[in-house]
Amino acid sequence: MQFWEFANPRVFMGWTARVVPWTFGLAAATLAVGLVWGFFFTPDDFRQGSTVKIIYLHVPSAFMAINAWMMMLVASLIWLIRRHHVSALAAKAAAPVGITMTLIALFTGAIWGQPMWGTWWVWDPRLTSFLILFLFYLGYIALWTAIEDPDTAADLTSVLCLVGSVFALLSRYAVLFWNQGLHQGASLSLDAEENISDVFWVPLVVSITGFVLLFVALVLYRTRTEIGARRLYALTLRERMA
Amino acid sequence: MLALFARDLALAIRAGGGFGLALAFFLILVTLVPFGVGPLPELLSRIAPGILWVGALLASLLSLDRIFALDREDGSLDLLATAPIPLEAVALAKAAAHWVTTGLPLTLAAPVLGVLLNLPAPGHLWLLVSLALGTPALSMIGTFGAALTVGLKRGGLLLSLLVLPLYVPTLIFGAEAVARGVAGQDATTPLLLQGAITAGALAILPFAAAAALRINLR
Repeated sequence: MQFWEFANPRVFMGWTARVVPWTFGLAAATLAVGLVWGFFFTPDDFRQGSTVKIIYLHVPSAFMAINAWMMMLVASLIWLIRRHHVSALAAKAAAPVGITMTLIALFTGAIWGQPMWGTWWVWDPRLTSFLILFLFYLGYIALWTAIEDPDTAADLTSVLCLVGSVFALLSRYAVLFWNQGLHQGASLSLDAEENISDVFWVPLVVSITGFVLLFVALVLYRTRTEIGARRLYALTLRERMA
Repeated sequence: MLALFARDLALAIRAGGGFGLALAFFLILVTLVPFGVGPLPELLSRIAPGILWVGALLASLLSLDRIFALDREDGSLDLLATAPIPLEAVALAKAAAHWVTTGLPLTLAAPVLGVLLNLPAPGHLWLLVSLALGTPALSMIGTFGAALTVGLKRGGLLLSLLVLPLYVPTLIFGAEAVARGVAGQDATTPLLLQGAITAGALAILPFAAAAALRINLR
């Protein structure tokens, strides 16, 4: 069986019906382990105290906010090139999840920033590029809801996603030029000299895995809903014709 | 392509096509800012580069939804799509006409409005240069946004939501160039980067705009 056959709507509905509950269960279990471990069984940071623990929500959601857009980009490309309807619907399904992740990252960052930096918000490059990412998600979702014909909507949002990706990247590096940052640098990279201590690192990786699984489960579930909605739409159209 | 460009120019200038409207909007915006923040000259000269750039950005946004909407209504967009020139060239010509009717007047008027906002003397030249380099990108990005929303009944609001985030890099480098010019620093780096964005937008976005038009005309 070829890889693309999984994208046939009927086949997709078949295997996702079996996979989705397991993914949800696995996500819940991983998240429970990661968050409980992170919140209750890690030491306080010597400078930040217990506020450091918000990292177990902040970093995974920020990670997923960016990767959700990446996934939408790939799905849009597949739709534009191979015209798989499921791919377009998956991109549509991922957008609200991605925007929620962006919001979680922004809010947890603000909650942490208030005691630590003494401010809810600064115009730091990372914070600003996340706000811009939020705007891109908003435009993308608004365009989906504004267009009636589903194929036209899929096409136009895909084009927007491609152009938006280029400009999101441009903005990300333009804001670096514009202002100096308060946000700490990367401390999870595999090749970095100085990373965070393993005591925090392991539960953090577990949380990130949990967020990835949660994202996959939500997107599959929402894609199933979209396919169902599309079938309903086709059925009502057929009925009206008859 | 030249004929299309000339036709769009003529339409914009003659039939109440909004030529000068953007300029008036720009003037009003600059007039309103001192009411909002107070008339202190030092404060105004500090924020002048940013205000002038944001004003130019919003003013060029005003006439975007007319780029394709009128042609769509009277059917000439369908004719353009079947014309011997490719749609990419149509998009480029439309963007050029939009720039000549909004971006160019804004660029020329900005130094004068800079006087109103107490922009320090070396800033005027940098403002002129950075706007001249940056506004073509604004027109091109806007044309792409207009092509995306041409099929919608009330695309205006959505258009601004789609286009404004795309304006971010242009705005950053433009305002930065003016701010550095005012402070007496070297402004070539932001200007070069801005030129790169404009060149990139002009090279890539006609294709994206044409693709969006084709989808909308299906």
